[in-house]
Amino acid sequence: MTVTADAKTGDELAPREDLVTLTIDDVEVSVPKGTLVIRAAELIGIDIPRFCDHPLLDPVGACRQCLVEIPDAGNGRGMPKPQASCTIEVAPGMVIKTQVTSPVADKAQHGQLEFLLINHPLDCPICDKGGECPLQNQAMSHGNGETRFTDVKRTYPKPINISAQVLLDRERCVLCARCTRFSEQVAGDPFITLIERGALQQVGIYERQPFESYFSGNTIQICPVGALTSAAYRFRSRPFDLVSTPSVAEHDACGSAIRVDHRRGIVMRRLAGDDPEVNEEWITDKDRFAFRYGRGEDRLTRPLVREDGALRPASWPEAIDVAVRGLAAAGSSVGVLTGGRLTLEDAYGYSKFARSVLGTNNIDFRSRPHTAEEADFLAATVAGTGPLWGDWGVTYAELERASSVLMVSFEPEEEAGTVFLRLRKAFRKKGLTSWTLAPYLSNGARKMGATLIPTVPGAEASVLEHLPADVVLDSRSVILVGERAAQSSGALSAVLSLSQQTGARLAWIPRRAGDRGAIEAGCLPNLLPGGRPVSDAAARIDTATTWSVDAVPSLEGRDADEMLISAANRELAALIVAGVDPSDFIDPQVAIDGLEAAGFVVSIEARASLVTERADVVFPVSLIEERAGSFMNWEGRHRRFEVVIEKNNSMTDLRVLSALADGMGSDLGLRNAARARAELLELGRWEGQRPAAPRIEPARVGRPGHGTAVLATWRLALDASRALDGEGPLRATARTPVARMSARTAADGGVDGRVIIGNDRGSLTLPVEIVPTMTDGVVWVPNRAPGLAVSEHLAASAGDIVTIGPAAQPDAEPVDRTGAGS
Amino acid sequence: MTDLLTPVLTANWGDERAWKLVNYERVGGYSALRKALVMEPADVVGVVKDSGLRGRGGAGFPTGMKWSFIPQDNPKPKYLVVNADESEPGTCKDMPLMMASPHTLVEGVIIAAYAIRAAYAFIYVRGEVLHVVRRLQQAVREAYSAGYAGRNILGTGYDLEIVVHAGAGAYICGEETALLDSLEGRRGQPRLRPPFPAVAGLYASPTVINNVESIASVPAIINGGADWFASMGTEKSKGMTIYSLSGHVNSPGQFEAPLGITLRQLLDVAGGIRDGHQLKFWTPGGSSTPLLTAEHLDIPLDYEGVASVKSMLGTKALQCFDETTSVVRTVLRWTEFYKHESCGKCTPCREGTWWLVQILKRMEAGHGEEGDIEKLLDLCDNILGRSFCALGDGATSPITSAIKFFREEFEAAMHTPAWELFPYERSTIFVREPAAATTSAGAH
Repeated sequence: MTVTADAKTGDELAPREDLVTLTIDDVEVSVPKGTLVIRAAELIGIDIPRFCDHPLLDPVGACRQCLVEIPDAGNGRGMPKPQASCTIEVAPGMVIKTQVTSPVADKAQHGQLEFLLINHPLDCPICDKGGECPLQNQAMSHGNGETRFTDVKRTYPKPINISAQVLLDRERCVLCARCTRFSEQVAGDPFITLIERGALQQVGIYERQPFESYFSGNTIQICPVGALTSAAYRFRSRPFDLVSTPSVAEHDACGSAIRVDHRRGIVMRRLAGDDPEVNEEWITDKDRFAFRYGRGEDRLTRPLVREDGALRPASWPEAIDVAVRGLAAAGSSVGVLTGGRLTLEDAYGYSKFARSVLGTNNIDFRSRPHTAEEADFLAATVAGTGPLWGDWGVTYAELERASSVLMVSFEPEEEAGTVFLRLRKAFRKKGLTSWTLAPYLSNGARKMGATLIPTVPGAEASVLEHLPADVVLDSRSVILVGERAAQSSGALSAVLSLSQQTGARLAWIPRRAGDRGAIEAGCLPNLLPGGRPVSDAAARIDTATTWSVDAVPSLEGRDADEMLISAANRELAALIVAGVDPSDFIDPQVAIDGLEAAGFVVSIEARASLVTERADVVFPVSLIEERAGSFMNWEGRHRRFEVVIEKNNSMTDLRVLSALADGMGSDLGLRNAARARAELLELGRWEGQRPAAPRIEPARVGRPGHGTAVLATWRLALDASRALDGEGPLRATARTPVARMSARTAADGGVDGRVIIGNDRGSLTLPVEIVPTMTDGVVWVPNRAPGLAVSEHLAASAGDIVTIGPAAQPDAEPVDRTGAGS
Repeated sequence: MTDLLTPVLTANWGDERAWKLVNYERVGGYSALRKALVMEPADVVGVVKDSGLRGRGGAGFPTGMKWSFIPQDNPKPKYLVVNADESEPGTCKDMPLMMASPHTLVEGVIIAAYAIRAAYAFIYVRGEVLHVVRRLQQAVREAYSAGYAGRNILGTGYDLEIVVHAGAGAYICGEETALLDSLEGRRGQPRLRPPFPAVAGLYASPTVINNVESIASVPAIINGGADWFASMGTEKSKGMTIYSLSGHVNSPGQFEAPLGITLRQLLDVAGGIRDGHQLKFWTPGGSSTPLLTAEHLDIPLDYEGVASVKSMLGTKALQCFDETTSVVRTVLRWTEFYKHESCGKCTPCREGTWWLVQILKRMEAGHGEEGDIEKLLDLCDNILGRSFCALGDGATSPITSAIKFFREEFEAAMHTPAWELFPYERSTIFVREPAAATTSAGAH
């Protein structure tokens, strides 16, 4: 095959100027300049065996498996020795002879495979990789049938943990250095490296720094043998017993492609899918390992209704009847809290149910700190945009091509791992310039080569208005703003005006998989589906027509905080709650008060929670793996997935809502996800006047006085999230919780070793890490470290003033001041 | 007979405290530097080019040409790195040179660095030879105090910092790119080429890496002129060089002679093979060069002459073995060295040497199996030219050449232990013949 473009096929396939023509096994092929010989051969269907080579890692030429003959290097001269085709770039006129036409190359490859096998154990029958092993496969295709090694194999004690999650069987390792190169190059976490030499060379860790990387699981997937295995999957199943289903990761807003492997109706493991446009071949450890959260005792299996103050199991018809009676009594005095984990289709169901059945705009997906400014920002710039509607905004590829990137209230490594990997790649390969508005330069930001623009939490807006002179943004720049910007008054307004002034494009990156879709579905008090403003009569008519209802309510609804407060004040009669955890709010007590005071609470959930405990009716719904649907990732890219595990009578949110609507005398018209998606697309996006952008003045930031500091906090990728329940080894690779502050802040607060951070609500005690880049007067804490959730202990958000003071060392013996014998 | 020798680098080795600066200056030391510093750097490169000096570390690449590869329009700093990681089995020329006359090297370093416009020069010395490291450090200190190194050298405005760096004991660090990795503080493993060190070497900057002897030859070339240097040696292998004779030789040691001298001539100077014995086999340039036998005594020891008999001049480490020596045992010892020193990066060298040692060990014990010889040759074929760097290639040289010349000894290894065929104590210098020969049974 000659890869040339036909001019008639369109602009995208314009002929490339930089093609190089060479001959591989007597076949002429034209490939882009810089292509490696091994990949040029792939284009004509010749599979050269390889171990160390990986298209997303820098070439190393270590395994020598891919040797080919080069009778002509393009300059008329041949190369005297066989060459590693994974390290040689094509040249015009080059002649390559692979194992197909060259006996020399074929013997060289057989020889290397024989060498690799002499010290490799014959434990394929008990090896996790057996059946999907590149070494096994290539030994069959390019190896000798019989061994002539009669001597002694190298052995090691089995296996060693290189982290709580990743285990290493050294005798299986073929020392291809894929794992070490991935960690160093792609993830930027060079915690594993090759140590020792000769045949005793092995992958090792620095004894005081285990392999704690958020991306460590990728090394297991790219290991060409069974040397790296996970504590989660080791010895659990054989590849040939597994059924694989492509899907999409549900733990963040990246929309990463995954492959879900299941056996007899149980998911055994998850792997990264191969999607060059999105996650390339990498996923985070959370996406890979966190999938057992629905298998605990807290999984809801039957509907529950409250009777005499206690919840008891009920049949579906009874529970529906109870819920219908309760909701009918409440009329339109209902609030709907949908959370950030719903599929686009489910979110659309809630949005339609609230408007067309309940008759209210009281709906909000934001179970996290939020403001009216944010709702306006989302309505003005995010809703009704994106590939679902035919226009591409900022994409992963655009991030890689950007001239510069400015991050505001956004820590990619913690909040959107795939975005982090792409930004790091752009930094490594193209020297991407980036800046981050943050209180300190996090390790993740450092790995992307970002420059810190020191920002006290809450002061984002004023910092954005007075950016340092060397921050130059142009039309090829991208501003990435995280959902945490909502915690800083004026920040989103300032981001918008910066984008307008400089022409830099803007992308809003939420933290949860369902957030972006919920906006499109209209799970906001000011927005109908497709970015339609509630306040616009034409938008309401549009919606009502498609829904075949007389009208949709015209008053903007309450946001999540207002709904909970209203419920607590008995201004709202009922709440419908899906996928919301009270501790996601700044003050969980407000949420709990609202739930407890509300006259009637319907909870639609998969697992028992603080919400289901306080509900009057609980509907158990299926896990994500048991339903079809789609997420919209931060790009607005529509990420569809099908059912992984078929369950009889699997109840989705849509089916519950449909049944409730039926009971209330309406037809929701959304029998399944496909129907919901079709209706949303039929409704289309809003083509009318977009709502005005918010213009909130920068907030005045209070200065911390003596013994106090401004609180900075964000969620870490691995923390007390309930999605990690049942994943001990994964949790064990989480960052150790520390409080970070500058040396000066610590000295001013008299803090040494451990700090107690407090306010009128409570306190948190953490070990102190002095961070040189930390802005003075700021203390950073992880938002939800196990047992140390900021919401539960301080009910505070970023930008609040907290007290700091010295705390006793945990190992200090308590002093008995009462005296012996008293 | 001694008029065969041309002591230039070794001329002052016998002097009283030859390593001291004053004594070096007394015999004309640092006069070449004064001469070079008033020349244009490019002219210094030209003189070395014209002299025909070729790399003395083994490969024989023209030194002047290597220097001219340094892109002078590259804005990055240029570096000179001296490879003093002499570890090739049998090789002992750089260490004695640095012990006896370290200033010869230091002067060469300054001239070479000036020629390529480097402001930093590194001498990477094998870590095990602490005495050499100390002597070299002392010499560099002396050169600094005398104004030959540091800021504004001899008032010319040229600045040069010289760093003596001790390695940590790895043969692979003699491979130039592994040496650079090691010098940068990493694990010494060879790098992928391209980029070549001349373009992106130390700290990804243009770098020249030369052997100690090559650099040490530079002051003499500057003083004596290219024509004088080229008047020695043969047509394509110019100049004088240091041959190290070791093994069963009456007077082993370093002999400096023009390239192209023969082993027979050198053995005459060195008092011949030890009395009562005959030469059995020898290496022309360390164990990585295919071994030769008595029939090759008259080949000229220059780059072309040794290549004509399918070996390599290498480091000119002439290890001589007499007829008491077991070839199988010798080859095993060498192969064990390569197995120990293989860095582990590439498959053929790492796994191949591991395997070869096991086969040879069996053969030494007389437990060779049918097909072992063919297996050895085939494994060597799968290593030679397939490994990442020359270490793997070198590991095969002793085996294939030994089988070529002494196949019958490998055949004997199918049934008789080497220590029975060649009682080991007979090879020692303290052996008292013939008494020792009777106590050979089982000794190993």
